[in-house]
Amino acid sequence: MRHRQTIAVLALVGWFIALYLGLHALGFGGELKCGTGGCDTVQTSRWAVLFGIPVALYGVAGYTVILAVALVGLQPSWLARRGPILLIAALATGGVLFSGWLTYLELFVILAICRWCVTSAVLMTAIWLVSLHALRTPATRTDP
Amino acid sequence: MNRFYVMLGVLTLALGAMLVYLLKSNPSAPRAATEAPATVLDDGFRGFTLGSDSAKVEVTEYSDFECPFCASFAAVQMPTIREQLISTGKVRWRYRDFPLPIHKYSRYAAHAAQCAGEQGKFWEMHDQLFFNHGWAQTGQNPTALFRSFAKAAGADLGRYDTCMSAGRFASRIEFSVQEGLQRNVNGTPTFFVNGTEVRSSRLPTSDDFVKLVDGLTSPPRRK
Repeated sequence: MRHRQTIAVLALVGWFIALYLGLHALGFGGELKCGTGGCDTVQTSRWAVLFGIPVALYGVAGYTVILAVALVGLQPSWLARRGPILLIAALATGGVLFSGWLTYLELFVILAICRWCVTSAVLMTAIWLVSLHALRTPATRTDP
Repeated sequence: MNRFYVMLGVLTLALGAMLVYLLKSNPSAPRAATEAPATVLDDGFRGFTLGSDSAKVEVTEYSDFECPFCASFAAVQMPTIREQLISTGKVRWRYRDFPLPIHKYSRYAAHAAQCAGEQGKFWEMHDQLFFNHGWAQTGQNPTALFRSFAKAAGADLGRYDTCMSAGRFASRIEFSVQEGLQRNVNGTPTFFVNGTEVRSSRLPTSDDFVKLVDGLTSPPRRK
């Protein structure tokens, strides 16, 4: 149960970060609060849009699904089942690979670091690690 | 379990409030640097130039930093022009601002270039604005990005910020626009070679300018 709660909290924080970047990409708000100015360089690069959709919105979708699955997995009827955590682990694996690719682009192609993006990558990695740990932990017993 | 949901709710509210704050507290581009001033004064400035003062040919370019054709010209044609015509002393290149009203941040970009130019970094800023042209496609406030361009161009950011917030060169930019209108400039980039407009159905290339300049500088052939 602790694993799923932790994942829900991490996904919620990640969802807000992705939403902030996504809203900015859609033209809401002014400049990104970043500190170094690297966020705008990253967000205005050609890598900030994938298949016509701002990359941040993929993050919003990903975190939404992970959060929803974690919350469903916390329901009494789902607590003993491993399905939710398996699904989260699969989603987080994709998220970590995607975040890793984006971080690589920032470091070696765009040559600018977006702190929000890095924070999101760290959160996704944390979700992935917690889900892996949960998979190795015996399922919670539910008494009849 | 209930405590967890209460905590999740509190966290959601806190993050939501933070999001609203982040979206609403961002500074916008200073109006002084983004809008045409009410009065236009002639400060005697007639554009930043590249090349020798004694060059026989002068090309005047009316350009808009947000214009994609201008960016393409700067990135693709200008390096060859600099190498073959400007560095060789054949041409003096003059840049004039002509920010088009359809572009949201072109006047602001022109002002950023002027503020860098005040510090002797106009052409470096010109290249930053044109070579990293992604900002022109997003419609997002480029204030922070332009600051990073100014920094990369080698400008002192303290002086740059003061210049930008004061809108120091707004009048100069509008004067350039008025000058362009008087010369019947109606799009960008528009070029004048020794005062004569270059008319072309397509964006001129470096080869076009080499031919034009050679035609003006080569002695007439004897029959």
